[in-house]
Amino acid sequence: MVGLLNMEELNNLFQGFAVALTLPNVGFMLIGIFLGVLIGVLPGLGGANGVAILLPLTFGMSPTSAIIMLSCIYWGALFGGAITSILFNIPGEPWSVATTFDGYPMAQKGQAAQALTAAFTSSFVGALVAVLMVTFLAPVVAKFALNFGPPEFFAVQLLTFSSFIGMSKEPPVKTLMAMMLGFALAAVGLDSVTGTLRMTYGQESLLQGFDFLVAVIGLFGIGEILLTMEEGLAFKGQKGRISLKDVLDTWKEMPQYWATSLRACLIGCWMGITPGGATPASFMSYGTAKRMSKHPEEFGKGAIEGVIAPETAAHAAGTSALLPMLTLGIPGSPTAAVLLGGLLIWGLQPGPLLFTEQKDFVWGLIASMYLGNIVGLIVVLTTVPWWAAILRIPFSIIAPVIVVICAVGAYTVHNHLLDVALMVVFGLVGYAFKKLKYPLAPLVLALVLGDMAESSFRQSMLISKGSLGIFVSTPLAGCITGLAMIMLFWPVLGLLKKLSRG
Amino acid sequence: MKSGAHLQMRWMELLVAACFVAAGWLVISDSIRVGNAWGSDGPEPGFFPFYIGCLMLSGAAWVIVQTLLTWRQDQGDSVFAEKHEFHLMLLMLIPTTVFTAAIFVLGIYLASLIFIAAFMVWQGKYSYFKSIFVGTGISAALFFLFEIWFLLPLPKGFVETWLGY
Repeated sequence: MVGLLNMEELNNLFQGFAVALTLPNVGFMLIGIFLGVLIGVLPGLGGANGVAILLPLTFGMSPTSAIIMLSCIYWGALFGGAITSILFNIPGEPWSVATTFDGYPMAQKGQAAQALTAAFTSSFVGALVAVLMVTFLAPVVAKFALNFGPPEFFAVQLLTFSSFIGMSKEPPVKTLMAMMLGFALAAVGLDSVTGTLRMTYGQESLLQGFDFLVAVIGLFGIGEILLTMEEGLAFKGQKGRISLKDVLDTWKEMPQYWATSLRACLIGCWMGITPGGATPASFMSYGTAKRMSKHPEEFGKGAIEGVIAPETAAHAAGTSALLPMLTLGIPGSPTAAVLLGGLLIWGLQPGPLLFTEQKDFVWGLIASMYLGNIVGLIVVLTTVPWWAAILRIPFSIIAPVIVVICAVGAYTVHNHLLDVALMVVFGLVGYAFKKLKYPLAPLVLALVLGDMAESSFRQSMLISKGSLGIFVSTPLAGCITGLAMIMLFWPVLGLLKKLSRG
Repeated sequence: MKSGAHLQMRWMELLVAACFVAAGWLVISDSIRVGNAWGSDGPEPGFFPFYIGCLMLSGAAWVIVQTLLTWRQDQGDSVFAEKHEFHLMLLMLIPTTVFTAAIFVLGIYLASLIFIAAFMVWQGKYSYFKSIFVGTGISAALFFLFEIWFLLPLPKGFVETWLGY
């Protein structure tokens, strides 16, 4: 790390703090954190669709203020998910499912305050480590990526998609199918290279294609509400109030779990940069912590390590997912994908040039990641009882209100009423996919990156006059393409191993 | 399609796979229309969609074959949703659909008011007064947030016109 630490980056970072600490931006940061925790606590609203719904409200803002607010919503949602998991045994977010395993038993034993403090603190630690990594690694990656041409970019995009298939928890075939559906939806409308109309079937409303924001709001928002309704939720939770003594006691206890925390950070950062995302990172970290623990039998019965591990990893992954988004234009998670969509809408081209051309934006964002997480930690530690109270509002009020908010969000993307209808259809798709274990993240990422991947492929083809050899013509492109192929055929390799063993 | 008290997983697998077949077919037939060959300067517009469609079809075929192969073993025991659960889901889905249709006619504010109030009375067994109060509150909040503060006009119906907006 020290070797990478040079004056220029520190200077940039300080300039970033100067940008982030102006009065309006601090205000947006606070609004973002509060909205984010709210979104994280409510069922049906999550990081990805919460940011998607609020994105249209930022069209008129300066991009820097907008990204600060939206990324703070993301941090807030990451914090908020833990509250419902621990107090209500209901994961507000998919990445906090693993937190319920030990968080809720702790709350049942009357240790809710300890569990919450541990969760928030380890979230903060995970995020901090990831932000440090982003600070020092992102400029290096960006500088490196300046040499990328279309073939390298396509190879990286290929790697992104292949690693989904190789590393997915869901059946690889279903991952592939979900991803292809995303590509197909992305291809609808005007083809940017030749100007041909594709798959519009004479419908004028399809000229622009499907907007991924509408898809995200439907898939994650309406889909989640349908699933929650099905479970017939009655929110019965444990009391959550944190006194200063609880916080200090828990903080005294936490340093002994430094090894768990460190492993969780590493897993989280890795899963965030490669498009694994926060959810698999939290499960993987929980599993590793259990395997490496001296008392694995206590996991599931309220072990504090079982809270620390998934929370640290989820936050580290959620934060480091912004690294590939900023430097390469490739989001590491659905929420990062929505933020990427925001960049495009505000007229910024994500990718390595961002670091040279939009210094204020990039470093303002990175500085706000430090500040946002500190503010977030303080906010959640002091306001837990309020959020718990929100969850006591009956679902029969919350559900229609969330549907209305989703509908407004879907409408404001393009001011098209048909988008609202489309959102309901996507909601049904999201419901069925969740139940049948078709993963949603590759669908969303394919929908966002589909056009980009296709155009970098076509540009490469124009350079090479139609020869596929261009993807292995330089050592860099060759290496990435090779890695992508290994990832792609990983499930097949696993299958062969099983067969050969007999 | 239903046996006993639950929706069977295997039927739902087939249903969703069938949807994938239909979608894949739509994609392939259109890509053939716009040209799916490898032109002189690289792929034609339908080149990628063609293979995307093919992958969707073959993926769906794989799921269908697997479901059919394990059909006997499964005996319909894996549960997609219990009947009462599915019922609850429909109790959310149908009002949501009606609400969406209502936006087209009534505008988003009035539709939201009615949707929230009706859902509260019907599902939450709240009094009419309380329900209409909450519905009006949310609608009014939306109105001030979007029309007045952010100046983002949302779809409106005859009531807003009548009120002078």
